[in-house]
Amino acid sequence: MGRRPGHDFTRSRSGYVFLTPWFVGVAGLVLVPLAFSLYLSFTDYNLLGSPEWVGLDNYRQLFGDDDRYLHSMRLTLGYVVVAVPLQLAAALAAALLLSPSRRGQGVYRALFYLPSLLGASVAVSITWRALFDYGGGVNSFLATFGIEERSWVNNPSTVLWVIVALEIWRFGAPMVIFIAGLQQIPAEVYEAAALDGAGPVTTFTRITIPMLSPIIFFNLVLGVISAFQTFTPAQLVGDGRGGPADSTLFYAVNLYQQAFEYQRMGYASAIAWVMLAVLAVVAGLLFWTSRRWVHYGD
Amino acid sequence: MATDQTTSRPITRRRRGGALWPHAVAGLCLAALLYPVLWMVLTSLKPTSEIIAGTSLLPESWTLDNFVQGWDGAGVESFGTFFLNSTIIATAAVVGNVVSCTLAAYAFSRLSFPGRAALFAVVIGILFLPKEVLLIPQYTIFHTLGWTDSFLPLIVPQFLALDAFFVFLSVQFLRGLPRELDEAAVLDGCGPWRRLWHVTLPLIRPAIATTAIFTFIWTWNDYMPQLIYLNSPENYTLSVGLRMFLDATSGSDLGPMSAMSLVSLLPLFVLFVLFQRRLVKGITMTGLK
Repeated sequence: MGRRPGHDFTRSRSGYVFLTPWFVGVAGLVLVPLAFSLYLSFTDYNLLGSPEWVGLDNYRQLFGDDDRYLHSMRLTLGYVVVAVPLQLAAALAAALLLSPSRRGQGVYRALFYLPSLLGASVAVSITWRALFDYGGGVNSFLATFGIEERSWVNNPSTVLWVIVALEIWRFGAPMVIFIAGLQQIPAEVYEAAALDGAGPVTTFTRITIPMLSPIIFFNLVLGVISAFQTFTPAQLVGDGRGGPADSTLFYAVNLYQQAFEYQRMGYASAIAWVMLAVLAVVAGLLFWTSRRWVHYGD
Repeated sequence: MATDQTTSRPITRRRRGGALWPHAVAGLCLAALLYPVLWMVLTSLKPTSEIIAGTSLLPESWTLDNFVQGWDGAGVESFGTFFLNSTIIATAAVVGNVVSCTLAAYAFSRLSFPGRAALFAVVIGILFLPKEVLLIPQYTIFHTLGWTDSFLPLIVPQFLALDAFFVFLSVQFLRGLPRELDEAAVLDGCGPWRRLWHVTLPLIRPAIATTAIFTFIWTWNDYMPQLIYLNSPENYTLSVGLRMFLDATSGSDLGPMSAMSLVSLLPLFVLFVLFQRRLVKGITMTGLK
């Protein structure tokens, strides 16, 4: 790290003392549990007896004999593919609107961010359900346009979109990051483009997007990982059990049910490990494609 | 013209004259964004008869009945209990995260010891590790320890610097600070503890504040772990307690449900008003190198 020779003064083992809590945590609550959960995924275990080794049976059942599981996987992947880009698009649009310095921007930014702060709560999820149900605020708003009242949450073909809407509603956090990124693009670049006669569309696609691509990538990876783990809105905007008709049976909801309602700890561990594998593959793919479209400066 | 921003671009400069449309667009978006919150607030202030009739957005006669009725809950435990439990857990989590993550971040950024880079890679690994993978084995461990249906499984991990996000945040912050003060303190014969206390801590107050605020908010909003570990109503937090309203979302429950949702969000509104600048900065701090 370019330290002056002979001045490696802080090099000592006292670092380990400061890390003692962390060591205890990593060993006791991360590494051992990781190994234990991998082991459990090859067993039948219901918390009462001791785990019973079943080899690959859990994994075989997941992919060969559990339509509900495969459904939850497809549903979650589909949700990620739809909800994350929509949320990022909303975040980017809002960032473009709110990044130029203008009177009142600070207030707008803060208020646009507010839903992001509240959105993960149980309170918002249950309110969201009521909002889109009979007598909810969405129906009364649509009624002014003559649209007939209906329950958007008890209908298997619309409830997922209600959850997508909640995800989009929480665009404030990526928006704030986009704003910071937009403000780092030097003004000279835009001035040069304007001199060359570039219109707003060309400027956006040729300058803004490429210059912003590392931040788009960052938001995309974080968004995909967290959307794949969606639980609170999935359980509370739907009927609480993955319904109606399994339409809100997100991956994490299924995992929760298998583990804590049916006490199938071994099977649920296998579900968790497949999740880890899927996320690793998806993250790997994103990193691989990023070489083509993410431009790091200098 | 506001001059607090460092950049101002030709695109915006061109529009300076009649720049009314951005306010119109932002205002419209805000109306749509805040409509759900507004609806929650107004519903909580309506009498049941009006909610069922569903006549207008604004209450015709304003009432606080929903707050009284909701606060008593289903008669088993009042929302006072849930509120207190959420406060205890979130406050303990704040103390735990601030102490343990600051210690870890200090070691990773200001001390040098064999294996530091490899261990920091573990922090990053944990940052990306989906919590669901650890859920079942951790539950088994806490179950064996007899800690289920208590606050311990929700509090103890926070004292072990496992919220890698905050370790990472503080390390990033410390890396941006000059090391000269640290080096001077070493030459003056200060040991690592005194350097942490007298040199580093005063400098990283912003990172500590960010850690504290976000830990509070995230713990307050947390749901799945509380749902799993807390079984008896006297231990319920707001997150778990609010589910009672989900079992019966008939029109008659909508008022109390909105009222208690609002009450449970109140601390977040207060933090937002007090610390909105720090919140926005905190988000930015993590997103950019």
